[in-house]
Amino acid sequence: MTDLDAFRQQTRAWLEDNCPQSMRAPVTSDADACWGGRNFQFQSEDQKLWLERMAARGWTAPDWPREYGGGGLSRAETKVLQEEMARIKARAPLSSFGVWMIGPAILKFGSEELKRQHLPPIIRGEIRWCQGYSEPGAGSDLAGLQTRAEDHGDHFIVNGQKIWTSYADKADWMFCLVRTNTEAKKQLGISLVLFDMTTPGVSTRPIKLISGSSPFCETFLDNVRVDKDQVVGEINAGWTIAKYLLTHEREMIGGMGRTAAGQKTLPQIAVEAIGLEDGKLADGYLRSEISRWDIDAAAFALTSERVLDEAKAGQGVGAASAMLKYYGTELNKRRQELNIALHGSQAMVWEGEASNEGAMPRTWLRSKGNSIEGGTSEIQLNVIARNILGLQ
Amino acid sequence: MSALVLNEEQAMLKDAAKGFLAEQAPVSQLRALRDTRDETGFSRELWQQMVEMGFSGTLVPEAFGGTQFGHVGMGQISLQCGHNLSASPLLSTAVLGVSSLLLGGSQAQQTELLPAIAEGRLLTALAIDESPRHAPWRVATRLSRDGEGYRLNGRKLCVVDGHVADWLIVSARSSGEESAREGISLLLVERAAPGVSVERTIMADSRNAALVSFDNVTLPAEALLGVEGEAAAVLEWVLDVGNAQLAAELLGIAEEVFSRSVAYLQERKQFGVTLGSFQALQHRCAHLFSEIELVKSAVLKALQALDASDPEAPQWVSLAKAKACEVAELATNEGVQLHGGMGMTDEFDIGLFIKRARLVQQLFGDYRYHANRFASLRGY
Repeated sequence: MTDLDAFRQQTRAWLEDNCPQSMRAPVTSDADACWGGRNFQFQSEDQKLWLERMAARGWTAPDWPREYGGGGLSRAETKVLQEEMARIKARAPLSSFGVWMIGPAILKFGSEELKRQHLPPIIRGEIRWCQGYSEPGAGSDLAGLQTRAEDHGDHFIVNGQKIWTSYADKADWMFCLVRTNTEAKKQLGISLVLFDMTTPGVSTRPIKLISGSSPFCETFLDNVRVDKDQVVGEINAGWTIAKYLLTHEREMIGGMGRTAAGQKTLPQIAVEAIGLEDGKLADGYLRSEISRWDIDAAAFALTSERVLDEAKAGQGVGAASAMLKYYGTELNKRRQELNIALHGSQAMVWEGEASNEGAMPRTWLRSKGNSIEGGTSEIQLNVIARNILGLQ
Repeated sequence: MSALVLNEEQAMLKDAAKGFLAEQAPVSQLRALRDTRDETGFSRELWQQMVEMGFSGTLVPEAFGGTQFGHVGMGQISLQCGHNLSASPLLSTAVLGVSSLLLGGSQAQQTELLPAIAEGRLLTALAIDESPRHAPWRVATRLSRDGEGYRLNGRKLCVVDGHVADWLIVSARSSGEESAREGISLLLVERAAPGVSVERTIMADSRNAALVSFDNVTLPAEALLGVEGEAAAVLEWVLDVGNAQLAAELLGIAEEVFSRSVAYLQERKQFGVTLGSFQALQHRCAHLFSEIELVKSAVLKALQALDASDPEAPQWVSLAKAKACEVAELATNEGVQLHGGMGMTDEFDIGLFIKRARLVQQLFGDYRYHANRFASLRGY
C-alpha cells in the first residue's frame, strides 16, 4: 500500500467518525453556509462541531503550512481529502474569503509577522474578512480607484468609499486597495492594506439586490488609521497582489459552472419535472436544450480538470482563469434559466414555506451577478483577446 | 483515471506528426490533388511515407507489426491532418479497417490483414450508410445464405476511399426490421469481386466517397467478420473509434482556421487601424478561443476513454464529436466572415477548411445526432 492509499484510509475513517450526519448534504444558500467570525450565529451544534474538528486538524485550509495552523498536506493529499469529503457529500466546514483570497495572498506576499497574526484565526474561522476593491467610479476599471491613504510616518490615514464589498456588514476585517501615490501611473501607486472593521471612521450600509437579499455593501472610510505593518507586500506594489487575488476570485466564481457533489444535475431535475416517454424527456424541445447545456457543462468540467492537470504538469495557458470565469458564469446563468423553465410558474413563487422562501427565483436572479462581479464577462473577453490572442 | 494531459510518448508523436504533415502534406497538396483531378484523391507516395512513420500501424498491436500507440496517439495524427487538410486513407484503413478487424475479426483474418495494413500493402473502406443522414441501423442491404457461403445485395452511400480500397467492410441484414440493431452482420468483400460496382463521387471537400452497389455478390463463409446477425455492438464501437478521430480532425481544423483568422486580424488594416483593435471582433475571437478550449478537453477525454476501454467511452465520444462539430462549424463560419471578401475567394485556403469541416461533421453523425445520443446515454 502506498503512503497515499494509507492517507486515504485514515482520512476516510476520520471523516466517518467526525463528520456529523447533518453536515453531509450540500449547502443550498449563502445563509446555509458556515462563515465564521466574531459575531457568527451557528445554525446548529453540528455546524459548530464540524468547523472546530476540521479547524483543529488545519483542514479548513488543508494545503497551508502547519506552522500557521494549516493542514500541511501535499497537493495529492489535498485532492484525496476533497475526494473523500465528496464521497460522503460532506459540506465545506468553512466558507471564507480569508481561506479563499486574502490568506493565499498573505502566504505569498505578506511578512512573517502578518502571517503569524492573521493566518491562524482565518483557519479557525474566528475572523471573517471582506474585500475592499471596487469604488463607485472604479468598477471594471479597477486601477482607477481613488480611495486615498495619506502617509503619516508609521501609519496611513485612509479616506474614500468602497462599493460591492461582500458581507462588509458581517465582516471583522477588510483587505482593501488604496492609493498611496497619486503621482505615479495609476497601477503603480496602489497598496493593499488590512484593517479591523471596528476601527473608528469605518461605516457600512447594505445594498439590496434584485434577488431581495443584500450580500453587498457600501463602505465609507473617514480618516481611518491603518498601521504600516498592515500593508501586504511593498507599499505602492499592491496591483500585482490585486491581480493575484482577482485570479483566485475568478477561479472561485468560475467554479459555479460545475455541479457540486450531491447537487441534482439539470437532466435529473428535468426528468423529475417533466417525466420520460420511451426513455426520453417528454418534451422534445426542452430535451434538446438540456442536452445542449449538458454537453457544454460536461466539456467545461473536463476543461477545469485539464487546466488543473496542465498546471500540475507545468504546462498550460496563462490567463486560463479568465476563460474559466467567463464560460463558467455564462453556463451557470443558462442553467438557472433552464431551471426556471423546468419549474414553470412555480419557479416564480417569492414567499411561502413550500418555496423554501423563494430560493428558486432568488438564486436565478443572484446568478445574473456572476458575470458582473470579479470582472464582467466583457472584461474577461478583453483579457483573453489581449493577453492570450495578442489582439489590440 | 488519467490526467488530462499528453504523456511524453504521445507528445513526441504529436510533434512528429506536426512537423511531418506540415512539410509533406500541407494544404497546397490537397489543392493540387483537386486541381489535377487526381484519380486516387490522395498521394500514394505520401501514404507510403506515413506508413514508414508508423501511422498506419498506430492502432495495430505489436504482434501484428504495429506500433500500438493507441487512440490518444492516433488522435494526435488526426489533429494534424485537420491542421493541414492532409488527404490519406488514414481514417478508412488505419482507423476503421483496423478497429473492425481487431473487434470483429477472427485470428486468421487478423493474421492475414493487420500486418498488411501496417505495412501499407492494403487499403480498406467501411461501407455502412444507406441514407443521406447517418443511421447505422437503417440497413436494407440484404445478406442471404447461399450453400456454404452468402449472397449480398444492396447499395451504400458515402463510402470513404471506396474507389481505391482493396477490401470493403460492409454492413448487411439477414433478419430484423429495417432500423433494428439485431440482424446486422459485417462482411469483408473484395472490391474487385464480381457484382461489386463502385462509382467514385468527388465531394465538396475535394476528397472521395464512393457509391457502392452489390448485385448478387457471392461470398465464402470466411467473409463474415464476427458473428452473423450480431455485429451491431462491434460496429457501434468501430464508429466510436472513428468519431473520436473525426472529432480530433475537427479540432485541428478549428484551431487552424482560428489561428489564421487571428493572424489576419492582426495584419489587416481598415479605417487606419488593425481589425484586431475592434472590440466587437476581439470578443468574438475570445469566445471562440474558449469554445476551442472545451473541445480540446472533450476530445482528449474521449481518446483516453477508448484507450482505457472505459464502459462510458460512447458517452465521451458523443460529447467530443458533438462539441467538435458545433465549434468547427462556428470557427469555419467565423473564419470566412473575419477574412471578409478574401474568405470567399477560392484562392484563399479558408474555403477548403469550411468544406472539409462540413463533410467531417456529417460523417458518422453531426451535432444533432450525437447530442441526441449523448442525452440517451445519460438516461434522459
